Amino acid sequence: MIGELTKSERQGALLILLALAVTGLAMAVGGSNDPLGTHGTLVMVVAIVGTFAVITGYYAPEPPESRLDSYYDTPTKFGIVAAMVWAVIAMAVGDWVAWLLAFPEWTFDAAWASFGRLRPVHTSGVIFGFGGNALIATSFYVMQRTSRARLPDQLSPWFVLFGYNLFCVIAATGYLMGVTQSKEYAEPEWYADIWLVIVWVTYFVLYLRTLNRRKEPHIYVSNWYYMAFILVVAMLHIVNNLAVPISWGSAKSYSLFAGVQDAMTEWWYGHNAVAFFLTSGFLGMMYYYMPKRAGRPIYSYRMSIISFWGITFFYMWAGSHHLHYTALPQWVQSLGMTFSVMLLVPSWVSAGNALMTLNGAWHKVRDDAVLRFMMVAAVFYGLSTFEGSFMAIRPVNALSHYTDWTVGHVHAGALGWVAMITFGAIYASVPWLWKRDGMYSAKLVEAHFWLSLAGTIIYVFAMWNSGIIQGLMWRTYNESGTLAYSFVDSLIAMHPYYIARAIGGVFFLLGAIIGFYNIWMTIRTASQAQSQAEPDYSAVGIEIPAVQPGR
Amino acid sequence: MFGFHYRLERKTIGMVLGIIGVASIGGIVEIAPLFTIHQTVEAAPDMRVYTPLELAGRNIYIREGCYACHSQMIRTLRDEVERYGPYSLAVESKYDHPMLWGSKRTGPDLARLGEKYSDDWHVAHMINPRDVVPESVMPAYAFLARTELRTDDLGKHLKAQRAVGVPYTDAMIANAPADAYGQASPDSPAAEGVVERYGKATMVRAFDGKPNDLTEMDALVAYLQILGRLTDAAHKPVASAEKQP
Repeated sequence: MIGELTKSERQGALLILLALAVTGLAMAVGGSNDPLGTHGTLVMVVAIVGTFAVITGYYAPEPPESRLDSYYDTPTKFGIVAAMVWAVIAMAVGDWVAWLLAFPEWTFDAAWASFGRLRPVHTSGVIFGFGGNALIATSFYVMQRTSRARLPDQLSPWFVLFGYNLFCVIAATGYLMGVTQSKEYAEPEWYADIWLVIVWVTYFVLYLRTLNRRKEPHIYVSNWYYMAFILVVAMLHIVNNLAVPISWGSAKSYSLFAGVQDAMTEWWYGHNAVAFFLTSGFLGMMYYYMPKRAGRPIYSYRMSIISFWGITFFYMWAGSHHLHYTALPQWVQSLGMTFSVMLLVPSWVSAGNALMTLNGAWHKVRDDAVLRFMMVAAVFYGLSTFEGSFMAIRPVNALSHYTDWTVGHVHAGALGWVAMITFGAIYASVPWLWKRDGMYSAKLVEAHFWLSLAGTIIYVFAMWNSGIIQGLMWRTYNESGTLAYSFVDSLIAMHPYYIARAIGGVFFLLGAIIGFYNIWMTIRTASQAQSQAEPDYSAVGIEIPAVQPGR
Repeated sequence: MFGFHYRLERKTIGMVLGIIGVASIGGIVEIAPLFTIHQTVEAAPDMRVYTPLELAGRNIYIREGCYACHSQMIRTLRDEVERYGPYSLAVESKYDHPMLWGSKRTGPDLARLGEKYSDDWHVAHMINPRDVVPESVMPAYAFLARTELRTDDLGKHLKAQRAVGVPYTDAMIANAPADAYGQASPDSPAAEGVVERYGKATMVRAFDGKPNDLTEMDALVAYLQILGRLTDAAHKPVASAEKQP
């Protein structure tokens, strides 16, 4: 990998690593009796190991000029493997905590092993570790091909990927030590947040630089979505994480906002993390990989435009539906509900556009599990956006809020849509990247598909049942006009569903492990078979973007 | 419209500005007015701030991720009011940086938990929830009772709280570690200072049952016992909102 960097890039890498090591040292000293110090040590060790790696490869010959004739895909390869590693870890933790809800004793008498600390490891690990790495990796792949331009340099993609994974590691280890802001899906503390801003700005600049080198006059629709993902996530992240640390030597900070304003800001962030991280980014992925794999152009250019701007505009209003009947002023709740319902239009236009793209390729969906992953993802995208709009209606929300229904809804989206489209995209890219005819085992892809689908359905049905039962029990009155059930009654009623949910999780996790094995074996056989690399397809002309929108 | 877009999508900067513009509107319309319309947060002159011990307990509540399973927001629905108590008002969390309204009730709402159970009950419940509620799925937090509470940096905590808008006085900041100790040690000389600075209604007692050591259990129980009791506003007839200047 160091061999792919030019001399000046190697020097740049050393400077960055040095700066990082010094920062780590400062954190370690300043926060010597605080989790901040532990993280400082971690950062320092990572930076020193990185420095040694660069020094070891420092005198390797410079990469040849001919590298500029092909796309730069090594970062994408790394990102895909990282995504799969995070998937297996974070899903395993998720399933563990799912079992803890049925059998609370299945853990250790230690602070780090309690549900409350493990849960964010699962949520952040899946969303940011698995999802984020997959988005960054595929965005590098897609933007180069749809722009017919190579990444502008070799260093910044690595900075983005390593920096981002460092953020994920700091986040996950922090939770185990009890470092959290308690803002849902924005739990990492101030220093991790600042680091992510640096990484994210580099990512955005890299994206713009690549787009500016493009040889295609039009920016392909995938890139609109990836750009919205990068830009809006930056906006959300910065505003929601504004906080005052108690000192430079402590991990603890206090949010700038309080009470009702904080709640609104948090759910403006939280809902749009769903929108721009888990929807926009993955729609960008879908708009490239699905037509490419199906061998069909995108069904409608106009539908792409309508859904893109609809999603970008409407979603930002929808966050307040997380706060129905609370102390948030009703006018904000009503706006949130209205926009959430309207949001169904661009969402279904997207889902419809995806499914219509498969017209003429349905026989491929039948035969090819990779394309089937993407098809099922589009279906779940349609289902969960409908469910989301439905749950945002105030009286429905009165029943569903605070219950497992919400958890079921999130997982219909996360397992059915986000994970399925990602697996589809990864299975499509791995043979392309490592120059193989196909995956190591098509049968294992098939097995992964059915395990994922079964797991998702078991999970979602369990949570629908438990959530609705819970909601109904809480509001049931007996004949004398008093509440019929105690809270504990509702908890007992959940027990079988919590077991069912954990079993669904096992299916899904098993699928991910099989997928990881399959990908690993594809890579291994590729490196054995191809010691002499053939030239990459050209960045200058031959490769035509999958699906340039028609007029 | 599509012709316009056909030209727009050739310009990176056009797309970037378009996305930023279109995505900003929702937040500006929905969030900014919450800071300027003063009816958003009711008036409650009796609202007090958290004592250092309660704040430390709140930080333990955050650290352990309690908010993932317990809400602190009673909605304006009949069954919730009957189950948990008067619905939550915005003013009750006006000093909560960040708020802990929560989004999920794997366990019950805690907005009005304060003084509902005895300290002993809480301590037993934390050490092993199934000792007092056999069906509970809550994790055990026995380690809180054997972990000493860190108090040396509480002054810094209060200072940061003041920086974000909580009205802590200089005396409160200066005496924060002593007040934390005093609140859990009723017989010590430090106990008087707590009442003096935070009001007569402040609960001063050995929350974990052991007057001599200050543990994380003391802090967490002190926090749980103050939930919903920082102001009486929610128990008074509605209308405080309209009387705002």
